[in-house]
Amino acid sequence: MALDSIFSVELAPSFSYWQMVWTRFRKHRLAMFGASVIIIMILLCFVAAPIITATTGYHYTSMDLPNRYALPSGAHWFGTDDMGRDVLTMILYGGQVSIEVGLISALAAVLIGSLVGVVSGYFGGWIDEALMRFTDVMMSLPYLPLYLVLAMAFGPGFWTLIGIFVGFGWMGDARLVRGVVLSLKNMEFVEAAKAIGASPWRIMLKHLLINSMAVIIVSTTLLIGGNIVGEAALSFLGLGIQPPQPSWGNVLQTASGYIFAPGNGPWLIFYPGFFLFLTVLSFNFMGDGLRDALDPRLKGYR
Amino acid sequence: MELNADANAELLIQVIDLVKHFPIIRGIIGRKVGAVKAVDGISFEIPRGRTLGLVGESGSGKTTVGRTILRLMEPTKGQALFEGKDVFKMRPSELRLLRRDMQIIFQDPFGSLNPRFPVGDIIGEPLLVHGLGNRKERQNRVSELMEVVGLRPEYLRRYPHEFSGGQRQRIGIARALAMNPKFIVADEPVSALDVSIQSQVINLLEELQEKFNLTYLFIAHDLAVVRHVSDRVAVMYLGKMMETADNKDLFSNPLHPYTQALLSAVPVPDPDVKKQRIILQGDIPSPINPPKGCVFHTRCRYRFEPCDKEKPEGIDVGSNHRVWCYLVAKQ
Ligand SMILES: Nc1ncnc2c1ncn2[C@@H]1O[C@H](COP(=O)(O)OP(=O)(O)OP(=O)(O)O)[C@@H](O)[C@H]1O
Ligand SMILES: [Mg+2]
Repeated sequence: MALDSIFSVELAPSFSYWQMVWTRFRKHRLAMFGASVIIIMILLCFVAAPIITATTGYHYTSMDLPNRYALPSGAHWFGTDDMGRDVLTMILYGGQVSIEVGLISALAAVLIGSLVGVVSGYFGGWIDEALMRFTDVMMSLPYLPLYLVLAMAFGPGFWTLIGIFVGFGWMGDARLVRGVVLSLKNMEFVEAAKAIGASPWRIMLKHLLINSMAVIIVSTTLLIGGNIVGEAALSFLGLGIQPPQPSWGNVLQTASGYIFAPGNGPWLIFYPGFFLFLTVLSFNFMGDGLRDALDPRLKGYR
Repeated sequence: MELNADANAELLIQVIDLVKHFPIIRGIIGRKVGAVKAVDGISFEIPRGRTLGLVGESGSGKTTVGRTILRLMEPTKGQALFEGKDVFKMRPSELRLLRRDMQIIFQDPFGSLNPRFPVGDIIGEPLLVHGLGNRKERQNRVSELMEVVGLRPEYLRRYPHEFSGGQRQRIGIARALAMNPKFIVADEPVSALDVSIQSQVINLLEELQEKFNLTYLFIAHDLAVVRHVSDRVAVMYLGKMMETADNKDLFSNPLHPYTQALLSAVPVPDPDVKKQRIILQGDIPSPINPPKGCVFHTRCRYRFEPCDKEKPEGIDVGSNHRVWCYLVAKQ
């Protein structure tokens, strides 16, 4: 019987998709650098900061006015700021907020964007038309004046910041995902899913979004970096996280006023600036590496 | 395989005057400026347990026929009766149940399997979607199906890209079989495969038909394949039926000039068939603007007076052999 010959066929050892992604990702030097920095940064901000507070008593609320602008020493690795607070502690607690804002707003924006994109691409017709015109409108709104209005209405702060990054951040991903879905939805495996009676939701989530994961993951990574910069910019302008709660943006803002101060003064802007720069760069490196690893065909596309 | 479709056998599928036009929409207000007349009034029937071979050049509307009767596309007009019930009138809940009985096998062994699903999930998805059995039962059923189609059940955690074209086609067949369907549309199931693999897959389809009393609508380009698997054959051209007959009658006595041209293009080892190659002139016309009268008349070497005016009626020349051609009407 013909079947016997088929039964005898041996397949090579199996590698799942994610194993192959990891193999490719590992070979990407910059991406590995980025990923390592991000992991270290998260450990520093979320694990090391409370430990420092517990062992030394340094906290962003603990001022030491006689000890202002102290240069780096064994007791204060990055010195102290204009109120005698430990600069490293300020940066790590500030990092918590900056990373949280970037992460939460990017994940929420991508979630919304992906859903809009998949619904738009899959259903097409007037639904697509309506959603895409709405996307266009959102993209052409000037977000800074609107944020001013929102900040006045709700008060500037963590959730207002996230609200604005989500509200104005989902459109790019919606368009990307819609594009991918348009290219996938006429493939026969989608037709097969319809033929077995799968619901539109199942087709959209299980078949279309899973196959859009490459662009979704990459855009999430890049958006996290972008939103961390966004937080810094808005907080720098005084529209974001409000002191005494530190964030990279408002620590930078405060520091910018002490460039001509004595001692550690000129350096105060350097430390948070460097952390911010390194983190954002790392997310971008990781995004590039993920794109090449997740879907080698997407190389060079952004 | 029997050669004559038994006229008394119960009809599983009856398609009556099926029309499918794809509107051509232009401009932002979505004005309809025309239509692709992909299928334009097709009727046929398939008795339970039999195979109807559907042939015709590329673009003649074969895939559209298959997908509309499965309600993967909405028809423009017509009826498709499955066990006497009109598929086109079914409500979503009825249609969902019907999906268990009617399935499809695709041409492209690469595009028809979700690349992110392990094979076991692909084959078991119909069971999951219809809530048939618990996890364990579904897993057993998947293993059983893999064995039925000639795949090793141990490979159920593997991904489609790890399999060859022929093996992938078997995966697609297993998925179609999962819910014990009665009717399967096989849309060029072997045309993307190596010739050496084609016969294996065809043999598998025939074995399965015998084992599970399946009814097939077998769409193909390759007349040799159609001749091998079909009980009855229907020839389509530009969305219209040209000729339909039992397998033996069609191949030994093709009456429509189009069928004759198609048959002359393949080496058929049959002394009854005249061995003169007929070359069809010109290209297949656009289905947006099909020729008036008989749609084939622009390429027909026998065309005469009425051919470009009125469309011909189907003529039964005996033993259920129907031809849509004035030439036959004249005789
Ligand atoms: N979704 C669609 N929208 C518009 N036109 C379509 C659509 N699907 C098919 N057509 C057109 O309908 C006609 C018939 O197509 P169909 O795919 O049914 O032909 P076919 O006989 O299966 O051809 P092939 O042998 O190439 O598979 C073609 O002219 C095709 O371009
Ligand atoms: Mg086709």
